[in-house]
Amino acid sequence: MNNKIKKIPSGVIPAPDGIPPQAIKAIPVRHYGRWISAVVVLALLVGLVYAFSQGNVRWATVPDKLFDASILTGLRNTVYISVASMALGLVLGVLFAVMRLSKNPVTSTIAWLYIWFFRGTPVYVQLLIWFNLALIFPILDIGFYRDEMTDVMTPFLAALLGLGLNEGAYMAEIVRSGIQSVDEGQTEASHALGMTQAKTMRRVVLPQSMRVIIPPTGNEFINMLKTSSLVVAVQYQDLLRSAQDIAATSFAVMEMLFVASIWYLALTSVFSVGQYYLERRYARGSLRALPPTPLQRLRANLNLFRRSEVAR
Amino acid sequence: MNTHPMVKAQGVHKSFGAAHILKGIDLEVAPREVFCLIGPSGSGKSTFLRCINHLEQINAGRLYVDGELVGYRQKGDKLYELKAGEVALKRRDIGMVFQRFNLFPHMTAIENVMEAPVQVKGEAKAVARARAERLLDRVGLAGKAKNYPSQLSGGQQQRVAIARALAMEPKLMLFDEPTSALDPELVGDVLDVMRGLAEDGMTMIVVTHEMGFAREVGDALVFMDDGVVVESGHPRDVLTNPQHDRTKSFLSKVL
Ligand SMILES: Nc1ncnc2c1ncn2[C@@H]1O[C@H](COP(=O)(O)OP(=O)(O)OP(=O)(O)O)[C@@H](O)[C@H]1O
Ligand SMILES: [Mg+2]
Repeated sequence: MNNKIKKIPSGVIPAPDGIPPQAIKAIPVRHYGRWISAVVVLALLVGLVYAFSQGNVRWATVPDKLFDASILTGLRNTVYISVASMALGLVLGVLFAVMRLSKNPVTSTIAWLYIWFFRGTPVYVQLLIWFNLALIFPILDIGFYRDEMTDVMTPFLAALLGLGLNEGAYMAEIVRSGIQSVDEGQTEASHALGMTQAKTMRRVVLPQSMRVIIPPTGNEFINMLKTSSLVVAVQYQDLLRSAQDIAATSFAVMEMLFVASIWYLALTSVFSVGQYYLERRYARGSLRALPPTPLQRLRANLNLFRRSEVAR
Repeated sequence: MNTHPMVKAQGVHKSFGAAHILKGIDLEVAPREVFCLIGPSGSGKSTFLRCINHLEQINAGRLYVDGELVGYRQKGDKLYELKAGEVALKRRDIGMVFQRFNLFPHMTAIENVMEAPVQVKGEAKAVARARAERLLDRVGLAGKAKNYPSQLSGGQQQRVAIARALAMEPKLMLFDEPTSALDPELVGDVLDVMRGLAEDGMTMIVVTHEMGFAREVGDALVFMDDGVVVESGHPRDVLTNPQHDRTKSFLSKVL
């Protein structure tokens, strides 16, 4: 509709017709600094690798135990408890964020208390509290259900509650900042169309807040994969605990810690890639062009060493 | 024929805390009328518009839309506040167009237009889509249905916003300075769409600084200053022959 209008900015003299602009041929700037720093850093890295290769490590144990059945079970449990705790954290996070922002002073104060308590105490302590709940409530009795607390509070449940409720407090703050990042005009437009408060939240505000919520949530999840190693404290059979069990019988303590580290690294790497594509999806509509995929970026980075880029 | 006015304000007052913004507004908007509202910045034009669809609650007076009280129900001589759901129900019939468009940025143009019929009226997607296509065509944007708002010019965004409001088939349209955020060369397209609406008999309340539009399309015009109606009449009369000093000095600045 408007692309018919082609205006020439004032002060710019158009080139006479027929003469093509000349491509510039110039000697590119040499980046000596980049080469020197690359060499220094590489030398340090080689030294570090050499030191470890000379250490008293039985390297053969590492690939040997990497796919050990009990390690794989532990790995599965680590993913399982992380995903489950994160899911619980997300649900609680949205719930408490909405409560925190509500006009009702009772619900917003309760949400504040929840966030205050679960962010203010260490996860490790929270895990131990759930695990030892039977010490103060030997019998769980909630009217329609009655059982021994030790039977109810399995290692899995203690781990889930410990990690999930703690995560919920952090997620509540992330979701709240996301909701608040959405322009008020959006709520107004939605209300003016006759949408209710709940519909406005679900259809207009939350989808837009995703752009702000997802990056820190991805970090939270990657943190969760690692923090889940604390569930050793509640006897949950996760990756770290499986590794330590093998270490205890084979005396390959460091080797088994390496095995665990390799798996943690693999997990966090996979989920980082997932996070990237998720962020790309939710950037839809807010950017005119989507950011490059990792492959496109790699190519651009390689060019960096060849010559200075002209336009940045 | 409707015998009652589409909008009727009787001594409408509105304060924000200690700030008294609307100080007794009386006016009537007839069905099928294009009613223009002008006045200096801060005089309360937007506030009054927002009271009509109850985005703001009035503190005193009475405000009626299509013969029904806005925001309240009257039983005997007692007023009962409407529930949020009831307010939402009434807003369906009133379209609003904002200065800053306020399109939903995570939806394409056509999704923006379909959103309210599907979500609010529970209309079938196919029906809503057909109407949305018709409306986008009407505002001259048939080819932009799949664009996100960020991929549209300001003028195009505002026309999508008008289509979005029309999708609810409102009986009243509120325009709050719909062209103030636009580059001058884009204003015309939006005004053309509004002119078309007026010709089709839509009741419209238009807050605007486009005196040309007011003179040409408007059926009535009100000059507001400091929360009161200073002068009202036919746009031609008020704009060319203002009676009050405040109107004169305002018009001398904007014309
Ligand atoms: N939510 C609010 N809280 C407090 N004050 C407000 C609020 N909304 C508006 N006001 C005040 O009310 C007055 C009138 O505002 P309003 O937006 O109605 O003016 P306007 O006539 O539309 O002006 P403009 O032409 O600049 O849009 C202003 O002084 C503004 O600061
Ligand atoms: Mg205004």
